Amino acid sequence: MPFKSTDENITGGKDFPDLYYEEDNLVSLTIDRQKVRVEKGMTILEAARWMGIKIPTLCYHEGLTPWGGCRLCVVEVIKRGRSKLEASCTYPVAEGIQVKTNSEKVQKTRRMIVELLISSCPNSRTLQDLASGMGITEIRFKMEDNDCILCGLCVRMCKEQMMSGGIGFINRGAKREVSTPFHKSSEICRGCGACMYICPVVTLQCRGRREPGDLCNACINVCPTDFGF
Amino acid sequence: MVKIKSPEDLASLTAKLQKEKNTEEICITVCMGPGCLTCGSQKVLESLKEEIKKRDLQEKVQIKETGCHGFCQKGPILLIKPAGIFYQQVIKRDIPEIITETIINNRIVERLLYVDPILNSKIIKEKDVPFYKSQYRLVFGDNSLIDPHKIDDYISLGGYSALAKALFEMTPVQVMEEIKNSGLRGRGGGGFHTGRKWESCRNAPSPDGVRYVICNADEGDPGAFMDRGLLEGNPHRVIEGMIIGAYAISSNEGYAYVRNEYPLAVANLNIALELAREYGLLGKDIMGSGFDFDILVVQGGGAFVCGESTALMASIEGKRGEPRPKHIHTSERGLWNKPTALNNVETWANVPIIIKKGAEWFSQIGTERSKGTKIFSLVGKINNTGLVEVPMGISLRDIVYKIGGGIPDGKKFKAIQTGGPSGGCLPEELLDLPVDFDELTKVGSMMGSGGMIVMDENTCMVDIAKYFLKFLRDESCGKCVPCREGLKRMVQIIEDITEGKGEPGHLELLEELTQTVKEASLCGLGKTAPNPVLSTIRYFRDEYEAHIMDKKCPALVCKNLIEYSIDELLCTGCGSCKRACPVMAISGEKLYPHTLDMEKCIKCGICLEKCPFDAIKIS
Ligand SMILES: Cc1cc2nc3c(=O)[nH]c(=O)nc-3n(C[C@H](O)[C@H](O)[C@H](O)COP(=O)(O)O)c2cc1C
Ligand code: SF4
Ligand code: SF4
Ligand code: FES
Repeated sequence: MPFKSTDENITGGKDFPDLYYEEDNLVSLTIDRQKVRVEKGMTILEAARWMGIKIPTLCYHEGLTPWGGCRLCVVEVIKRGRSKLEASCTYPVAEGIQVKTNSEKVQKTRRMIVELLISSCPNSRTLQDLASGMGITEIRFKMEDNDCILCGLCVRMCKEQMMSGGIGFINRGAKREVSTPFHKSSEICRGCGACMYICPVVTLQCRGRREPGDLCNACINVCPTDFGF
Repeated sequence: MVKIKSPEDLASLTAKLQKEKNTEEICITVCMGPGCLTCGSQKVLESLKEEIKKRDLQEKVQIKETGCHGFCQKGPILLIKPAGIFYQQVIKRDIPEIITETIINNRIVERLLYVDPILNSKIIKEKDVPFYKSQYRLVFGDNSLIDPHKIDDYISLGGYSALAKALFEMTPVQVMEEIKNSGLRGRGGGGFHTGRKWESCRNAPSPDGVRYVICNADEGDPGAFMDRGLLEGNPHRVIEGMIIGAYAISSNEGYAYVRNEYPLAVANLNIALELAREYGLLGKDIMGSGFDFDILVVQGGGAFVCGESTALMASIEGKRGEPRPKHIHTSERGLWNKPTALNNVETWANVPIIIKKGAEWFSQIGTERSKGTKIFSLVGKINNTGLVEVPMGISLRDIVYKIGGGIPDGKKFKAIQTGGPSGGCLPEELLDLPVDFDELTKVGSMMGSGGMIVMDENTCMVDIAKYFLKFLRDESCGKCVPCREGLKRMVQIIEDITEGKGEPGHLELLEELTQTVKEASLCGLGKTAPNPVLSTIRYFRDEYEAHIMDKKCPALVCKNLIEYSIDELLCTGCGSCKRACPVMAISGEKLYPHTLDMEKCIKCGICLEKCPFDAIKIS
């Protein structure tokens, strides 16, 4: 990504170089104690990733509209002295806000979210990896065996990139699921498989050796430093 | 119908209607609100009409069908004016007697009067009934004076004069300032300052100048029916408020989002809108002012979450009723991405009176930061169920005891739940708390939209928390993980606790979960959903501990933690319980003490009810 590389910016060390954009189109904010100026309309997630800060995500994908469903990307946003947890993938950068992407509260919340998800979908390798990365070694809820975390990636993929609309959400609450209209095979589905390609649960099944419906944690033992969260 | 083309036209119509109104004429008002209707007010009305016709009294006596008066507990309600005689629990058979005695002979039918449960005295007039006496019915009071199908009834009470004042004597900005100065806060749950919302909506850029106003009549809280009462009983007041609001933010299009379960509200609202259009009070060139505005009624599909602002707007747009992130307020980017002023029914109904009487007058009612009155639907273990309107700042105790008449059957008060399903349960110690947005939030509950459920000593607080959690779990839209998965797990844990499978770490795990659900959820539903659990843990922790540690339910409610048995000394062997038991768990010979087989017992409690000698015991 292009940025203004004035000497001051680089040698100053503390502040981050500006994105190279029109002056009046920039907002300045602080992310993890680093001051940064980024383009208006960006989300916190985009800004943070541009700075090289890792924020885990599940329902976010660069090519799709941010949705804000999984809440794994939560960060602490401090605005007018009040701190709140917000989903960084949908939160637009704003002048003067302070963001903490990895505070204790953020970590605790993310761990709870992964614990909730993995207890419902233990077969997802994405989730098992996340759990290992966060050092989650115990699940305190009753294990279930579902095959969908309702991240909505497939629904958006189908609609936004494949220009179809064969699948969507039905029902609400705990009964919510992804399906075709009235559970019948959809006429507009071309069978392109994009939904399967993008799904973090079905395609990437965990292959570690474990009891069905159990936490794997194999990766923790193999390479404990491989997970940067 | 002649069109009203100027404020003078309206004033002369009002004057004419008031003159026509014969204050001497006898008027029998029949409440046709939802509560009275279910108790049979339709039959009462029919036989009243018949009787009047039979005795040829049409000239002398007028009959008025109104919306809910509030005192639903005692329905069907008849109010005879001008004397103001209050008859309650009237049935069809009473009508001839009422006509003969009260209307013709001017005597009171004693047995239909309300009896004060404390003083045991009979009360004749509505205004002396304690239920009404301690209320301040600023918004709701007109319900008993108006036939919602007749716009003239509303106009004769000065209706639409606030609109005339706004349109012809004030600028939109002045109207907005007036509402701002009045301190009116949203009655739909959040308590957001209405004037400030309008201001940000007015100032938000809209390239094509389109802005919307919406009335939120989704009212999904279990046991709440304030908005329904208003919309069914006095729709014009809400309409007038919306037109004034539209003028203030310069919008020409409004929506009323009414839940599907309220067919009568939809019908009455549509009739009212049509009548207002015929008079020229709605539509093009309102009252000749050049201001155009119209309202469309949209029926919701009945999901609780569709009351949430962004879900509601998605639903109007024809999409899935699902919240979206609100980093930019709906007042700036709402319906179809246009600036939108969304307010609750009751909020809109407060607008005309503020414009009519002024911000200063209004802001004298209530507390420092909560102004005006609030309508609550008072339900649960309380003598006088119904809709009550009280000034902000009144204590919960006054509502429960003065208006509500205390707890039935001499039971002890245990808790009061305010704020609908995601409010909190407050214990006896907090009964002196004033009703105020901020005070209620401080103690872990909230004003919400006005649900108020009273619980007595026979209520298990863990069970109550479970009930609300289950409701919210089922009504969660399921979009975000903390709410969908978190609530599911919370219900599982609480179910374990009530089934005697609670373990020592459970309370802490619950508390940890509530933190995540509260802070990480996307919309207000998830953010407030843990309140019932948090508040019951906060104020009734011992009850949770009794369930978990001692496997006991102190209120004897949770089925898995109680046992039924028969006291041999009291049992006469009458066999009532044996006959009633659905699973034949009771055996014994006639006139000898019976025995109960715990293996078979499903703890339905029927035997307990049937035993005439109180021989069935729970432990
Ligand atoms: C889950 C949920 C349900 C809601 N249900 C209602 C409702 O039934 N009626 C209502 O007026 N507001 C409801 N609200 C509040 C609305 O989002 C909104 O704040 C309100 O209508 C704004 O109007 P007010 O400022 O006049 O209160 C609900 C909010 C949430 C989060
Ligand atoms: S099927 Fe896969 S991609 Fe689609 S919502 Fe479920 S987990 Fe997400
Ligand atoms: S908090 Fe609940 S209701 Fe709100 S968006 Fe999330 S899942 Fe849906
Ligand atoms: S990645 Fe942001 S909510 Fe899912």
